[in-house]
Amino acid sequence: MKADILMTGVGGQGVILASDALAEIAMKAGHEVKKSDSLGMSQRGGSVVSHLRVGERVFSPMIKKGEADFLMGFERLEGARWVEYLREGGVAIVNNLAIPPLSVVGGASRYPSVSDVEEILRRRTKTIYFVPGTQIAAELGNPQVLNVLLVGFLSAFLDIDERAYIDDLSQRVPQKFLQLNLKAFARGRQEAQCGGAAKRD
Amino acid sequence: MKSLLSGNEAMALGAYHAGLSLAAAYPGTPSTEIMENLARFPGIYVEWSTNEKVALEVAMGASYGGVRALAIMKHVGLNVAADPFFAASVTGVRGGLVVICCDDPGMHSSQNEQDNRHYARFAKVPMLEPSDSQEAYSLMEWAFRISEEFDTPVLFRSTTRISHCKTVAEVAESPEIQRNRPRFVRDPHKFVMVPSNARPRHPLMEERMGKLAAYFETFPMNKVNLRDRSIGIISAGAAYQYAREVFPNASFLRLVTTYPIPESLVREFAAKVERVVVVEELDPFLEDTFKAMGMEVTGKELVPITGELNPEILEERAVAIGLLPAPKKPRAAAVAAGGFPPRPPLLCPGCPHAATSYALRRLGFYHVEPQDDASEKRGGSQYKRRGIITTSDIGCYTLAVYPPLLALDTCACMGASIGQAHGLEKAGVTNRIVSVIGDSTFLHSGITSLVDVVYNEGRGTVIILDNNTTAMTGHQGHPGTGISARGEKARRVVIEDLCRGVGVRDVNVIDAFDLPVIESTIRRCVESEEPSVIVVRGDCPLRVREKGKPLTVHVEECDRCFNCLRVGCPALSREDDNVRIDTLLCMGDRCSLCRQVCHCQAIRAKAD
Repeated sequence: MKADILMTGVGGQGVILASDALAEIAMKAGHEVKKSDSLGMSQRGGSVVSHLRVGERVFSPMIKKGEADFLMGFERLEGARWVEYLREGGVAIVNNLAIPPLSVVGGASRYPSVSDVEEILRRRTKTIYFVPGTQIAAELGNPQVLNVLLVGFLSAFLDIDERAYIDDLSQRVPQKFLQLNLKAFARGRQEAQCGGAAKRD
Repeated sequence: MKSLLSGNEAMALGAYHAGLSLAAAYPGTPSTEIMENLARFPGIYVEWSTNEKVALEVAMGASYGGVRALAIMKHVGLNVAADPFFAASVTGVRGGLVVICCDDPGMHSSQNEQDNRHYARFAKVPMLEPSDSQEAYSLMEWAFRISEEFDTPVLFRSTTRISHCKTVAEVAESPEIQRNRPRFVRDPHKFVMVPSNARPRHPLMEERMGKLAAYFETFPMNKVNLRDRSIGIISAGAAYQYAREVFPNASFLRLVTTYPIPESLVREFAAKVERVVVVEELDPFLEDTFKAMGMEVTGKELVPITGELNPEILEERAVAIGLLPAPKKPRAAAVAAGGFPPRPPLLCPGCPHAATSYALRRLGFYHVEPQDDASEKRGGSQYKRRGIITTSDIGCYTLAVYPPLLALDTCACMGASIGQAHGLEKAGVTNRIVSVIGDSTFLHSGITSLVDVVYNEGRGTVIILDNNTTAMTGHQGHPGTGISARGEKARRVVIEDLCRGVGVRDVNVIDAFDLPVIESTIRRCVESEEPSVIVVRGDCPLRVREKGKPLTVHVEECDRCFNCLRVGCPALSREDDNVRIDTLLCMGDRCSLCRQVCHCQAIRAKAD
């Protein structure tokens, strides 16, 4: 399996935890894995991006522009911002949530609408999913499980056994949150497999 | 055992397995996690030191005592520790002494992108550079061995992409760890560097570097890989991985010993290829060495001297200078996707620095009346000539330089704020001047400047923003917190007592969330003829994680002045003509800064 996955979002959304988990799962499934995060300043509510590369032989821990197989935005603007990394015909998965940055709040710039973002992503691919992830996570009981839900969504596209994700979650997540996380994972996966409503093409 | 490790995790584990006894560090991105990982291991002594100079001196002492010791810092930290670094090169070691420094090409979270490889040559110290987590782990044992065998500290250089990238490494599962027994053997000729003792050490240092260069000729982790001979690439560190990606068929010499250079190894490799290309980030460190050896190499004409390298830049440049053919498959057409609103890092909701920054903005150059948005956009053109000048320092509070706070006028390096303010004052600048510095930074290198102000009869006002942690790097302890590197209770240094102790008579301790008191205290102190300190105290909300009752905007009472948005709180947003407070983010009456700046009292708890 070869998969270059770019995960993007806003500091505090759990982007890096999600890519850590996915990297570990891919390694245990026997793949070469490298990942590279933006850390430090971005933890303070800034833009966060995590490059995850899975393949037979991986050298650079960073994905080249135009080569990501998957672009997974945890937030709409951050999904659009990194579009240049997506390859032609790659898969774009965008959590349909808007967190306006301060420049928008102050009125200096405009937040892109859903159709703006769709139009931008369409320059690269027709395979675009808008997932109401935050809303589903809140319905499940905690918006913080968004990252697990999105990993679940992405898992439907990857050639890794479902069991591997569940094993990893069982080790990673404290007992009292485990059921909620497993539910979020299953729901995300299910959304991708049969929740065709989200897909725009 | 196969593990997915960051470079920092790998270095910590490698050092631990190599029989490390003591490690000392000051936090700094991208190096911080090395100490955080070491602090989880039993049987070794670890500490957050007050600064990098102290950390290295502590490690030197341990080495003199015969045990293996580590000092860890970010690149600019080695500037602070340069004095003992050079001294350690002269005295040499007893137990292995390794200095890890993590450079930050691209300045992800630093004030410069200096290339610390120069320190190896400058201080005459051998340098090792891993190119992934496996090497970061395995090289650590070598670093200690080299240090002991050649009687020298070893510079272990990482960069952001080595420290923070996770790659798969094969590590020992539970090796038997052997540590040196601590024992100090007196030897003044080696350890007391009066000129008469230091002079005979210098030729020994030169001799040592010659021996090291010879030793590195056959060092097993330098790797030659001959494929297509038309291009031979010499590289090290993260740049090596990018080069492998971009030139899959080229021949490679991958160096981990980047100082001193094993010259014969390099020449032999060069003789086997048609064209030698050096791929290195930042300065032409290797390139200059090879050119001084009389070799013809392609270097900086390929790789830019500024910024962080990545495979894309390397590929584009290689095509541009004809090293690679233009790609057959045209690259995915550039998507004109610019113009997105930026999302810079921010002060968090409930940040104890926000109120002081807001007050300083109002008192500073950039204050304009809230209604006047147009003049605001013109930046400094509407400044108040008599505004307070704010010199600032390194920490979360530096983020107050961004809109809407615009509170700061300078920021240079750790501890600089107090000295700079004193200099502005003594130069005769007649504005009132305050310096702003965090608790950890003040203890790192602000104290000596404060002593200077007292001694030289300055009238400076020093604002110490005490959030009771080292927040920017992820909440490490420091002497003012009374929490050790292992998270245990330690003796606490009381900052206000320290300030009184050095002779400041006007020391104030105030609440970080009480805007009127903050403003009036600053106004009073800057008018005073003698030096003053204002300790503004309030816990970092990310560390405390307690919330107050969330606030809400009672829109019917709001007159849309939008003054609350000038606080820069991420919990506040504007939807059409209404301000909304995100109750999930709001820290509520723990902070209430927006309530304090609302002149219509429209911001209150929901029920009120």
